[in-house]
Amino acid sequence: MRARALPYLLILPAALFLLVFFVYPAVQIGLLAVTGPEGFTLRHLQTMAGHWKFGPALRWTLLLAAVVVPIQLVLALGMASIVTRLKAGRDTVLYLFSIPLGLSDLAAGIIWLAIFEQSGFLNSLLYHLGAIERPVLFLGYQSVGTIFLAVVLAEVWRATAIVMVILVAGMGLIPREYDEAGQVFGANAWQRFTRITLPLLRPSLQSALILRTLNAFEVFAVVVALGGTTLPVLMGETYQWQFTLRDRNVAAAYALVILGISVAATLFYLRALRVPKGATP
Amino acid sequence: MTVRPAPAEAAAPEDAPRSVTAVGAAGRFLFVAAVVLLCAWVIVPIYLMMVNALSSPREVTAFPKSFVPSFDLGSLRFFVTFAGVAKALWNSVLVAALTMLLSLGLGAPAGYALSRFDFPGKELFRLLVVMTRAFPLPLLALPLAVFFIRTGLDDTALGLAIVHTVLAIPFAALITYSLFSGIPLELEEAAWTLGCTRWQAFYKVVLPLVLPGIAASAVFAFIVSWNEVFAAAVLTIQNRTLPAFLVQSLNVSPLHLKFAGGAALVVPALVFIFAVRRYLFAMWGIASR
Repeated sequence: MRARALPYLLILPAALFLLVFFVYPAVQIGLLAVTGPEGFTLRHLQTMAGHWKFGPALRWTLLLAAVVVPIQLVLALGMASIVTRLKAGRDTVLYLFSIPLGLSDLAAGIIWLAIFEQSGFLNSLLYHLGAIERPVLFLGYQSVGTIFLAVVLAEVWRATAIVMVILVAGMGLIPREYDEAGQVFGANAWQRFTRITLPLLRPSLQSALILRTLNAFEVFAVVVALGGTTLPVLMGETYQWQFTLRDRNVAAAYALVILGISVAATLFYLRALRVPKGATP
Repeated sequence: MTVRPAPAEAAAPEDAPRSVTAVGAAGRFLFVAAVVLLCAWVIVPIYLMMVNALSSPREVTAFPKSFVPSFDLGSLRFFVTFAGVAKALWNSVLVAALTMLLSLGLGAPAGYALSRFDFPGKELFRLLVVMTRAFPLPLLALPLAVFFIRTGLDDTALGLAIVHTVLAIPFAALITYSLFSGIPLELEEAAWTLGCTRWQAFYKVVLPLVLPGIAASAVFAFIVSWNEVFAAAVLTIQNRTLPAFLVQSLNVSPLHLKFAGGAALVVPALVFIFAVRRYLFAMWGIASR
């Protein structure tokens, strides 16, 4: 009898914890967004959608994910191929490549601020090269475009490592015989990569893309560090409504939007990169 | 897949580089150049921020700027003595330590149960754990802020640690699950036949074997909490953690304070990552499934 109860006893603390602090608040976000003192209401969603910053925030967030994720995918594929091919120094290179994994998005924002701010290293470099006479204001109120570019660079720098690690793990699962067979039949390195590695890597690609896209929708501290509120994003607006405007219902409405696009992206990847049954190596 | 030190996960190295040598000297040069370039891409930005952190406040705002640090501790001294920083640092450590204890204390037993037992409801629990991954978790801070005010947990280290534990618990459960799966059940059974109780067998046989991995996942939970910004900024006012302190004072603080603060965020993370580097890769590989 005790042996049958044991697994439940072991799981109970974690399950209770997740029910109270994950499932319950997750449901509450939905309730906060669509209820008021008068019961069910669309007022908060209307307030959100009617605010002039909602459109730009949604557009910038989606654009950021659309630009950052493909760059990261290509870069991570390159890095993972390099790591799997290395003989000497593989561990060192892997460690160096994965350093940004351990850094917070705020730290990444501050790191790239050191490069892009007015007395920063990019300006200093351009000055030493003779390209400019005086420092350029890259991150000013007028230059949303440059701020966007800086955020893209910082995000690519910070979060490519996680994609790489998933892909390296995935490449390790592909039997080497497949690649050798490709060599025997005369396929060159590029053909073997596109015809053998990539299709077999589909499950890893799928989970890496889902993870990264969802994280990209949650971009917050990098943007705050580099552009303050000049470049509006969904998470930043959520924070503004919760903290500065003190309207937690509208903040919850924003949260619902982030959740909505996250679910949509997940479903999209699950369909687009569907793994045929029994096709995994 | 089980958690093993990274080298064991590697493709057998002896025949991996064949394709490189085959391409010849030019290809080899390109390959090495790509490796060097990518390493520089990762390291140079961190180096540049460190140059700022290790320069005097005046040098930080000077133009054009030197690309080598002057090793003036003025910025760091200013940062450490700045009102609220010492407390924020302490809060960060406290919240991260609590997160570490909570996530392993709750997650490790679940991981053990998942690896050793088949029981009705197992899949349901796994689903619950996996679901947390598809949810923008920092957003949980919004409804929990109300909940915490009612229960007196608002603006406390424990309150924030609870939210961070929701972030860290899936990792803790899945990592310990694969750690325990890597220990053959036969070892435990042998201990039972020699007269150990279930608990003794776990304590004397399994635990010593998984301890390094458990320590690595504890460090992992620590870093998850150390780095989290959004929930910390929403849930703390007086008791800010370092990221919350920095993000809330970003638009008013001078540049040298930001860079010294950035260094204070980065250096412990680098040290921790280095300490668990052998497990890092295997852990992320599993945790992101």
